[in-house]
Amino acid sequence: MARITAGVASSHIPALGVAADLNKTQEEYWRPAFAGYDWTRRWEAEQQPDVVILVYNDHASAFDMKIIPTFAIGCGERFKPADEGWGPRPVPDVIGHPDLAWHIAQSLILDEFDMTIINEMDVDHGLTVPLTMMFGQPDAWPCRVIPLAVNVVTYPPPSGNRCWALGEAIARAVESFPENLNVQVWGTGGMSHQLQGPRAGLINQEWDNRFLDRLEGSTQELRHIPHIEYLRETGSEGIEMVMWLIMRGALGQTTRMLHRHYHVPASNTAVGHIVLEPVT
Amino acid sequence: MTAPRDIHSYLAEFEDIPGTRIFTAARARQGYHLNQFAMSLMKADNRERWKADERGYLDEWPLTDDQKQAVLARDYNRLLDLGGNIYFLSKIFSTDGKSFVQAVSTMTGMPLEDYQAMMLAGGRSPEGQRSKKDPK
Repeated sequence: MARITAGVASSHIPALGVAADLNKTQEEYWRPAFAGYDWTRRWEAEQQPDVVILVYNDHASAFDMKIIPTFAIGCGERFKPADEGWGPRPVPDVIGHPDLAWHIAQSLILDEFDMTIINEMDVDHGLTVPLTMMFGQPDAWPCRVIPLAVNVVTYPPPSGNRCWALGEAIARAVESFPENLNVQVWGTGGMSHQLQGPRAGLINQEWDNRFLDRLEGSTQELRHIPHIEYLRETGSEGIEMVMWLIMRGALGQTTRMLHRHYHVPASNTAVGHIVLEPVT
Repeated sequence: MTAPRDIHSYLAEFEDIPGTRIFTAARARQGYHLNQFAMSLMKADNRERWKADERGYLDEWPLTDDQKQAVLARDYNRLLDLGGNIYFLSKIFSTDGKSFVQAVSTMTGMPLEDYQAMMLAGGRSPEGQRSKKDPK
């Protein structure tokens, strides 16, 4: 049977991708942001996941204002890096896992999560930057990836509680897939940042770290944080952290923290990263 | 499950955050064509036509005069007020060859160097920035 063996969360700041693509990761500005991922790259090389279910948001790349799916799952064979206006990132195509993705999509819909199914789309920095942070710069990504896109751009995004519950439903779906697969769930985005208006540049290190604290163990406090708290405390784009709760929900009752990293700044944003495993 | 939220108080709270425009349905409707215009700059052919004649390109879109003026002036705070969303507006500044930090700093009223220095020093503190009712 397929099993979820770990959860990873990470910021997906586009500038981290640019720094990696231009080989700037050892520059003084970027080194501390990247250093916190060294442990994870070694760990991922040992873990060798077969599939990553990668929760992210599209930033006006694959989806424009015509269609705004709240939860969308990529069921296609492959997904190309999007041209976000600066040209596509020079990273490998993302290879999907249509069998598992369709199994999850069907299971979620029967479990009363009405997913949007995407067969063709390009994937932007929200998905490709975490792959770079966790896997470095290989010629091909070392595992299959199922993109799971969440609307956190047009209000209202899904509640934290709904995200957590979706994660729980994803876990049930994965556990009922007959093939023997090592599956990780990644939640991406955040941490505190605001990219708009006179309040841009807001960072709340204390709040971010309390959020990281509560991903570990069995507390379910995070699922009840209202949107307005993310916005007031972590900036308008801090709302992306609801996507981390899909990862957390998928890990079950209790988690153990394996690794944690926090750094300010990368561009306009606080870098946060955590690796968790389920405690059974 | 979480109790259903009252949609009116949910939306009203967003307007209490200083220096911030949350991309509500009302803004998404107001800015629909503005954001779709910006999105069109994802295509290289469109970027070339835009660069050759910004005003002429804009006139192909059903934007208000205010929206057109704000685009031509690259007045991003005004564009947010007129329904623009930052991820869509980023197509305009990426076409200008500008990064997020460069474009975002223009909305804060700070010179780029000062904005970058603030970020290096840990970013803008949330103190006094959570609510319009916070003491200044």
